[in-house]
Amino acid sequence: MDFRLNEEQQMLQDTVARLVRGEYSFEKRLEFSETELGFSADFWKQLSELGLTAVPFSEELGGFGGGGVEVQSVMTELGRGLCIEPYLQSVILGGGLIGQAGSDSQKENWLAGIASGELRAAVGLQEPQSYYDLNNVETRAGKNGDGYTLNGRKAVVIGGHCADLIVVSARTSGDSCDASGLSLFALSPDTAGVERRTYPTIDGAKGCDITLNNVQVGADALLGEEGQAGGVIEYQAGRAIAALCAEAVGVMEVANDLTLDYLKQRKQFGVPIGKFQVLQHRMVDMMSELEQARSMAILAASVADNEQSDERRRVLAAAKNVIGRAGQYISENGIQMHGGIGMTWEYNFAHYAKRLIGINHQLGDDDFHLERYASLLQAS
Amino acid sequence: MDMNYTAEELAFRDEVRKFLDEKLPEDIAAKVKSFKKLSKEDHQRWQKILVEKGWYATHWPEEYGGVKWTPVQKHIWDEESCRYGVPRSIPFGVNMVAPVIIKFGNEEQKQKYLPRILSGEDWWCQGYSEPGAGSDLASLKTRAVREGDHYIVNGQKTWTTLGQYANMIFCLVRTNTEVKKQEGISFLLIDMNTPGITVRPIITLDGEHEVNEVFFEDVRVPVENLVGEEDKGWTYAKYLLTYERTGLAGIGMSKAALSHLKQLASRRLKNGKPLLEDPSFSQRIAKVEIDLTAAAISNLRIIASVEGGGVPGAESSMLKVKGTEIRQAINDLARRAIGPYALPFVEEELYLDYDGEFLSDKDAAPLSAQYFNNRKLSIFGGSNEIQKNIVSKMILGL
Repeated sequence: MDFRLNEEQQMLQDTVARLVRGEYSFEKRLEFSETELGFSADFWKQLSELGLTAVPFSEELGGFGGGGVEVQSVMTELGRGLCIEPYLQSVILGGGLIGQAGSDSQKENWLAGIASGELRAAVGLQEPQSYYDLNNVETRAGKNGDGYTLNGRKAVVIGGHCADLIVVSARTSGDSCDASGLSLFALSPDTAGVERRTYPTIDGAKGCDITLNNVQVGADALLGEEGQAGGVIEYQAGRAIAALCAEAVGVMEVANDLTLDYLKQRKQFGVPIGKFQVLQHRMVDMMSELEQARSMAILAASVADNEQSDERRRVLAAAKNVIGRAGQYISENGIQMHGGIGMTWEYNFAHYAKRLIGINHQLGDDDFHLERYASLLQAS
Repeated sequence: MDMNYTAEELAFRDEVRKFLDEKLPEDIAAKVKSFKKLSKEDHQRWQKILVEKGWYATHWPEEYGGVKWTPVQKHIWDEESCRYGVPRSIPFGVNMVAPVIIKFGNEEQKQKYLPRILSGEDWWCQGYSEPGAGSDLASLKTRAVREGDHYIVNGQKTWTTLGQYANMIFCLVRTNTEVKKQEGISFLLIDMNTPGITVRPIITLDGEHEVNEVFFEDVRVPVENLVGEEDKGWTYAKYLLTYERTGLAGIGMSKAALSHLKQLASRRLKNGKPLLEDPSFSQRIAKVEIDLTAAAISNLRIIASVEGGGVPGAESSMLKVKGTEIRQAINDLARRAIGPYALPFVEEELYLDYDGEFLSDKDAAPLSAQYFNNRKLSIFGGSNEIQKNIVSKMILGL
C-alpha cells in the first residue's frame, strides 16, 4: 500500500503548482474575474503550452493518457489558486463526453483542439427544473430530415459564455425524468436559435443559461447513438465529480492554512486568538474535515476511470457528500474565526469560502449525494 | 401559567395591524419580503411615517417624543412588523446613541440631538470596533487628547455600518492611557463633516457596500460633545451593548425568512415535485421550524420576565446564539432550495424595479448573497464565542 504519487505524477503536480504560484496571485485572479472573458486567456495558453490541457487524453492527441490521479494532481493545484479557467468544463467534461461518445471523425474534429487548448468546450446538462438530476431533461431534439431540431433551455452552463463548442443533452424520446431517450449534441454557440444569458457566479467565474429555440443541427452534431446518452452523461459526470473533489481539497488546504495563520497572528486580550481552546478545537475540526475530504478525493480519483458499477457510483456519491459537508464546515468556521475580515472582498479568505460553497452546487450537493448513496446501499 | 396575550395586548396587536395595513408602503414591504435592495430614501420615508404615528422611538421616555411600550408590546410590534415586511430599523441613532444620551447625557445634549434623531436630520453611525479591537473592544486605541475646549482625535474605526450615509458618529475613544484599559475610555459625539475625517468603503464578500472604515486625523471635537464623564465611556458602552443584544436573536425575522423559504420550496421542483414535499428537504425545514418554535418560546419567557421587572442575564446571550444559528440555517436552506441556481449572481434582479425575465425563481437572486452576508450574524454584536464566554462565566463562576 502506497498513497504517494509516483515520480511522474509528482512532477505533474509540481508543474501546475509552480505555474499557479507564479501567475495566479489573488489580486490577479480578481482582475481576471472582472474581464469580459471572465478568466485569463494567457493562463489558459500557458496551461496548454505545458501540455496540461491534454493530461487526460491519449498520446495520439498529444496527451499523457492520464487517469483519475493525474487529473486530481492538476485540479488540486488549480483549486489552491482558485483558478477560474474552464478546465473542468472543457477538458474533463467536454473532452470526456466527446471522447466516450463521439465518432472517429468527431473526435478528430474536436478532441485535438480541446487537448491543445485551442478549442474550449462547455457542457449544458442541467435544466431549470432539473435540480441536480441529469436525467431530468425536457429539452427536445426532434428529427428533421438528416438532422435534428432542438428546443429547450440549459441551466447554469459554466464557461458557456465564451465556449467555442457547447455539448448539450436533449431528449429524443421518453418522459422528462427517464434515464433512457437522452442524446448528446455538440453545437457551435453561433448556430441560429442559440441564445445565451451570461452572468458572473458567486465564486468568481462566469456562466450562462442557454435557450435553444428551433436550433437546426446536422446528424454530425449527434454524439454517440441516439437515445443512449444517459450512461455516458452519468459516467462523465462521475469523472467530473472526482475532479471537483480534488479541486475542493486544494481550496480547503489554502482556507485552512489562512485560518491557521490568522489564529497565530491575530491578537485579542493580549494573546494570539489561537490560545483560546474553543478556537483551537474548531481549527482541529477543520483539519479533520480536510483529512476526510482528502481521503475521499483520493478514493474518487482511484475509481474515476474505472468501468461503471454500483461500487463506482457509491464512491463518487460518498466523495461528493463528504466534500460538500467539509467544504461548508471549513467555509463557515473559517469566516467565523477570521471575524469581520473574513467577510471582506479585499481579503482572500472569503473567496476560498465562496468557492467551497460553489462546488457544493455543482453536480449535486451533499444532500443529493447522500440520497444517491442511500439508494445504492448494499444489504450486508 | 398563561401563554396568551391579554385583551389589551390583543387590542394593541389589532392597532399595529391596522396601522401597517394602512401605512406601510407596498413597494418597501415588497423589497423587504423578497430581500431586494432598500435605498437610504426608503428608510427615511418609513421613518417619517413611524415618527408621525409616534412609534419610532420605542425606548425613549414620552417627554422626548418616545412611546412607552411594555416589553410585550415591543414584542408584538417586532412580530407584526417582520411579518408585514417592515424594514429593519437602523438602530444607531434611535436605539443606540439615544438611550445613552438620555441616561448619561446633559440636558443640552438631549435638547440638541434627540429631536434631530426623530426628524431624520441626523443619521448616526457607530465608532466602536477598530482593526485591533474587535472581540477585545476595550483595547481600542483611537486617542482623544484634550486641548483647550477641544479634544484632538486620532485613530481609526472599522466595520462602521452605513457610515457612508451618516453625518454623526458616536465613538469610544481613549482619553487616558495611564489606567486599566476599561477605565480610560470616553464616549464622544463627532460630526462626520469635521475636517480630518475620511470614510473608506469596505466591500463585503457579497459585493455589498454596507460597512466602512473611518479614519480620524487631528479631528477637533468640541468638549461639549463628551457624553457623561471623561474616562467613564466603558460603562456607557456596556449599557448600550445590552440594548444591542436584545433583539439580536431576530426571532421575528427568522419567522419571516422561514415563511419565505417555505413558499420558495413549494415552487422549486425536485424529481418533478415541489421541494416542500421532498422527504429529506422537508425534514430539514421541519427541524429548523421546530428549533425556531422553541427559541420563540424562550424569547417570550425572557420578555415575560422583563415585563415582571427581571433583568435578562445568561438567557439573552444563549438566545442570541440560538437565534442567529437558526437564521443562518434558514439562509442555508434557501440557498440549497435553488440548487444549481445558487451559483449565478444576477445583480439586476436584486432591485424591485427589475422588469426583465427572471433567470430562475423571482426570489432566487439575493439568496446566495444573503447566505454569505448573514455569516455576520454570529460575528457582530459580540461574537457567538464571546456570548458563550459570558454565559460560562456566569454559570461556572470560576
